[in-house]
Amino acid sequence: YVTYISLFFFSWDETHFGKMGSYYINRTFFFDVHPPLGKMLIGLAGYLSGYNGTFPFQKPGDRYEHHNYIGMRGFCAFLGSCLVPFAYLIVLELSKSLSAALLAASILIFDTGCITLSQYILLDPILMFFLMGAVLSMVKYNSCADRPFSAPWWFWLSLTGVNLAGAIGVKFVGLFVVLLVGLNTVYDLWELLGDLSLSLVTLGKHLLARVFCLILLPLALYTAQFAVHFAVLNKSGPGDGFFSSAFQSRLIGNNLHNVSIPEHLAYGSVITMKNLRMAGGYLHSHWHLYPEGVGARQQQVTAYLHKDLNNLWVIKKHDSNTDHLDPSCSVEFVRHGDVIRLEHKETSRNLHSHQHEAPMTRKHFQVTGYGINGTGDANDFWRIEVVGRKAGKRIKVLRSQIRLTHLATGCILGSSGKTLPKWGWEQVEVTCTPYVKETPNALWNVEDHINPKLPNISLDVLKPSFPEILLESHMVMIRGNSGLKPKENEVTSKPWHWPINYQGLRFSGVNETDHRVYLLGNPVVWWLNLVTIGLYLLMATCTIVAIKRGVQLTVEFKELSEVLLHSGGKMMLGWLLHYLPFFMMGRVLYFHHYFPAMLFSSMLTGITWDTLLKFCAGCLSCSVGKRVYTYGTLALMLLIVYSFYLFHPLSYGMVGPMASDPNSPMAGLRWLESWEF
Amino acid sequence: LGNHSSSLTKPFCRMLGFLKQPVVVTAEINMNLVALTVMGLVNRFWALSYPRAVVFDEVYYGQFVSLYMKRIFFVDDSGPPFGHMLLAFGGRYSMNVPIWSLRLLPALSGALCVPLAYQILVELHFSHCAAFGAALLILFENSLITQSRLMLLESVLIFFILLAILSYLKFYNLQKCSPFTAGWWFWLLLTGVACSCAVGVKYMGLFTYMLLLATAGVHFWHLIGDQTLSNVSVFCHLLARGLTLVVVPVAMYLSFFYVHLTLLYRSGPHDQIMTSAFQASLEGGLARITQGQPLEVAYGSQITLRNVLGKPVPCWLHSHKNTYPIRYENGRGSSHQQQVTCYPFKDVNNWWIVKDPGMQQLVVSNPPRPVRHGHIVQLVHGITTRYLNTHDVAAPLSPHSQEISCYIDYNISMPAQNLWRVEIVNRESDTDVWKTILSEVRFVHVNTSAVLKLSGASLPEWGYRQLEIIGEKLSKGYHQSMLWNVEEHRYGKSQEQKEREVELHSPTQADISKNLSFMARFTELQWKILTLKNEDTEHKYSSSPLDWITMDTNIAYWFHPISGAQIHLIGNILTWASANVATLVYVCLFLWYLLRRRRKICDIPEDAWRLWVSAGGLCVGGWAVNYFPFFMMEKTLFLYHYLPALTFQILLIPVVLQHLTDHLCRSQLPKNMFSALIVAWFSSIYLVYRTFSPLTYGEPILSAAELRALRWKDSWDILIRKH
Repeated sequence: YVTYISLFFFSWDETHFGKMGSYYINRTFFFDVHPPLGKMLIGLAGYLSGYNGTFPFQKPGDRYEHHNYIGMRGFCAFLGSCLVPFAYLIVLELSKSLSAALLAASILIFDTGCITLSQYILLDPILMFFLMGAVLSMVKYNSCADRPFSAPWWFWLSLTGVNLAGAIGVKFVGLFVVLLVGLNTVYDLWELLGDLSLSLVTLGKHLLARVFCLILLPLALYTAQFAVHFAVLNKSGPGDGFFSSAFQSRLIGNNLHNVSIPEHLAYGSVITMKNLRMAGGYLHSHWHLYPEGVGARQQQVTAYLHKDLNNLWVIKKHDSNTDHLDPSCSVEFVRHGDVIRLEHKETSRNLHSHQHEAPMTRKHFQVTGYGINGTGDANDFWRIEVVGRKAGKRIKVLRSQIRLTHLATGCILGSSGKTLPKWGWEQVEVTCTPYVKETPNALWNVEDHINPKLPNISLDVLKPSFPEILLESHMVMIRGNSGLKPKENEVTSKPWHWPINYQGLRFSGVNETDHRVYLLGNPVVWWLNLVTIGLYLLMATCTIVAIKRGVQLTVEFKELSEVLLHSGGKMMLGWLLHYLPFFMMGRVLYFHHYFPAMLFSSMLTGITWDTLLKFCAGCLSCSVGKRVYTYGTLALMLLIVYSFYLFHPLSYGMVGPMASDPNSPMAGLRWLESWEF
Repeated sequence: LGNHSSSLTKPFCRMLGFLKQPVVVTAEINMNLVALTVMGLVNRFWALSYPRAVVFDEVYYGQFVSLYMKRIFFVDDSGPPFGHMLLAFGGRYSMNVPIWSLRLLPALSGALCVPLAYQILVELHFSHCAAFGAALLILFENSLITQSRLMLLESVLIFFILLAILSYLKFYNLQKCSPFTAGWWFWLLLTGVACSCAVGVKYMGLFTYMLLLATAGVHFWHLIGDQTLSNVSVFCHLLARGLTLVVVPVAMYLSFFYVHLTLLYRSGPHDQIMTSAFQASLEGGLARITQGQPLEVAYGSQITLRNVLGKPVPCWLHSHKNTYPIRYENGRGSSHQQQVTCYPFKDVNNWWIVKDPGMQQLVVSNPPRPVRHGHIVQLVHGITTRYLNTHDVAAPLSPHSQEISCYIDYNISMPAQNLWRVEIVNRESDTDVWKTILSEVRFVHVNTSAVLKLSGASLPEWGYRQLEIIGEKLSKGYHQSMLWNVEEHRYGKSQEQKEREVELHSPTQADISKNLSFMARFTELQWKILTLKNEDTEHKYSSSPLDWITMDTNIAYWFHPISGAQIHLIGNILTWASANVATLVYVCLFLWYLLRRRRKICDIPEDAWRLWVSAGGLCVGGWAVNYFPFFMMEKTLFLYHYLPALTFQILLIPVVLQHLTDHLCRSQLPKNMFSALIVAWFSSIYLVYRTFSPLTYGEPILSAAELRALRWKDSWDILIRKH
């Protein structure tokens, strides 16, 4: 088999996935928008190869010095190099043609983009490995269809499931390959259903086998990898703030771990309140006032992400200012529906709102700190309510979702998530929203709770169960993903740029003296792929219309059209499924998102050109036809190899002047003005 | 050969065969239809001009109509102009408060939906009874009534959607017996026209258009498989469909914009969004200033430079006496030279002079020497006579880019770097002349190859909150924030600084006008409509698509502060629930039949199955395409966005009911019981309609207790006055 030439060739740019590998080795908790499998594998590879997790991975271009990183790089490069044999096997299985398989494989070997991408510690080679693995095993089990329930059939079917779990476990992009396999399975079952020689019992067996191997097995594996993830990462780390208070109590080193606090809120309690939106801060106030021209000139109230003394608030009765902590007073619990006053502990001002517009969200009301030593006005009164609770019930620490309704205006205290300008110390805006909606923005929970008169209970009883943390981490990931919005005026990569190879991604090195690596597909290969997609659509339409019109085909052509429509159709569907959804995504997109689609497109190229050449050969006389076929295939291969020879510095690194400089050796290769190598 | 050519021409002759027959008119009046139309008209027109006040979104449409009357240009990001045009047409022939005539058109289209629903079911080969039922359901649907009695566009949209569906069905039914006859052409053409009207009213119409195209595609696919047709006649069919369903709608859509742009020729409130070239094509506004400016920018020209992007606000390259602070708040240093910003208002400090680096003079020579693509120029700020400059100092807010300043010589070995290369981006050849308004230009710094760019951030207090201008070193392709065009322009005449200041303060004058082609204006306007974003993403009555299906939300359209009369967009809850049940039943039965048929077990006869598939495909398909896309939309959504989908869902109810009676009730007794049930159900629908009609029509006025009784769901927001 062909192995990657790039296997022992390393460059020195590193992204943040290496850092996450280190987190696993150090067992500190972190947050990332992708599921954990890919990073766990990187961490494992690093661990096995003796990397100790101490390299800081601070900025691209730092040298590794004596850290042992070869294991992690080698692991990714190995998975990346597996793509070539996988593509070879898939195309061979689909088209039964050696030259088609070789063509597809050589496209992947000689594509500079694939090489660059698999040289580094990235999730993409791992994702593509599982993705191609899933397609390969799907194709294999399809070809075992004549021997159902035999050992190889079971083997390939369950391997498909395993690979699917791997693909989603690395990145959510893996969902598209799940869709591909799902559609293929539905088609498969539909065919079986139409086969009247099969009894309903056999059909049931088929269905159950697929449900078990393609749904239950991947789900179990997927859940298992999260179990491992949570079990390994048991120390408090940089990701804590993204998760709810209950979640944080699991982590060693977090201040919520193993503490005991009073369970029910009472008047006189000192509390902190955390907003329930993802990465929502603590309700916070400080001595600074809102500046001139921003609502009323009163004390700022914000949401602050870090723990701080200014996050502490005291719950008071709205109509009296007695000190409830006085030992002579009896304990009085706060109940759902009570009207309360929140006094800021440090500044003794009351949480206050009024009909001035909020600083950032103009349609909401401003929230301020008002009054002196707890004496304010009627605008300081808030009704405290718990979501889904009846009136008169007590309010629990951590677990109750609290809503604070402003009594005078009827608006609800919430955090808009917008960052305040300099005057607000870039903390998050807190507003009072007049729109009564159930969003996490407007819900809070009590995190710290100090009341010496109440008995403490251990927080262990509050520890969330595994399904709860699984669900929460997914919610956080999904919100994190959709939160990756491009900034105004930022030039981002657009999906239509990708297939035409419009613009690459700078991997390392900016200046002329640096060793520069630029992620860009081999333009000859990519443009060939692009042309092939058009060619395929044309050929498929012609074939399908001809068949529908009842044109009689010879046996050879029938086989060819079968390969074209079924095998090519599968690859085309794969390409569409991995490409079109990006047009609908609002998040920031990068060039490397196209690579899974590019794999399908390359395999389609192999199949289509092989079919076309065979078709031409079939139309001509025997000897001429054979020559056309051989020379055609050879010409394509040579074209790919030669273009690789031209563009190989892109992935193996360039030194010297930029290509925009006419003196650079790469100047002649800058075919599009948008390339920046 | 002759034989061959006749076989070619024959289908073409047949395509035009309708010309051979005489025109015959036979009258046949379906009293059902007449009755339904009358009922629809009564139901929608009753007390139409009440309330005599602006209700909900009427305020926007009213503004657009009055702008139409005044012929003032505007941009509405919610959709294409055909709907506004129709409304304005209604307001045309009327007195000072044309409230009745403005509401006439939506009410009329709402009323006509009733007979259309009837005919659609008839064309789907369902019984007249079922068709009548469908029409009654539409008739008694409160939400549709409310929406069509006000000056809003949804009912017009629904009318065109139903019309398109009906004409396609008529066409399809004619297809089998008599293709290429006059009637066949008429209905086919009407399909295309109705589709383009629907898209022209609201972009939502696109969903139904796509559905119809897909249906036509499937039907044509069956036609390809029909071996009795010759290749040529199949090709003719394809041609006819392509012409009427693609070419005609596109042409009509363009013509809406053509009429829109021809009618609105005066400048107005939304001018600023458009490019200078577009603004100059409108009467008044910028055109008045730029009218008669010299076209070609020459050395010595006095110009103002506008950023092409126009976001976050349109602005002009600007400089003023103040300098950058020596140290910023975060401790970074600056060059302490004169600030260069982008300023969103017209100002004398926006004037710059184009200077030839090789010469000293700041006036235009005679004859003028035009600046061409690739020329190197200096830009001199008119009032302060300082040169536009950039150097290797970090910009105030974007530290990765270079600072742009007007050079002050502090004698500290920091030489001026003020040469800029002019690159015309939309050039036709490399020797193009830099033209006023039309040319989009990049300024590339000669020493550092940085590009003059608007960063979009606004400067702090010291920069008067004007927008930051930076030199972007690594230009990632083209972005509009790097492009500039000359807006105001005159040839400078005064060599002395004092005279020049006077000259800069005086308005520009000269003598040529520029006109954009229709296609250029259309592309720009279309692009602006699609990309313009409304910032207010929150509204008191906005809702999510999930709330619609169960009608968990309503919209209070209008509330009389004294009497307490109110109008709500609130549906007939029974109809909504039945429609959901019908959809569910349909999908389950369809899957059941489909799986059984695959095993060669046919529960229902072949033609009943075909009917079931085609009716369901249209109704469930229409519901799905008009509903599910909203889950992916990020704009503010309201309950009324669901109405087109609801209409399709309502049409499905009688389809399912008739299928159940015909095929699942085998003997007479259950059949009779089922019919009785249906009658009871219909009367309860009527009852619900009567109960909620005070909220639909705004009268009679209900007491607080009655209003409270109408609050069937806790989530409904019915306004009850506090006493």
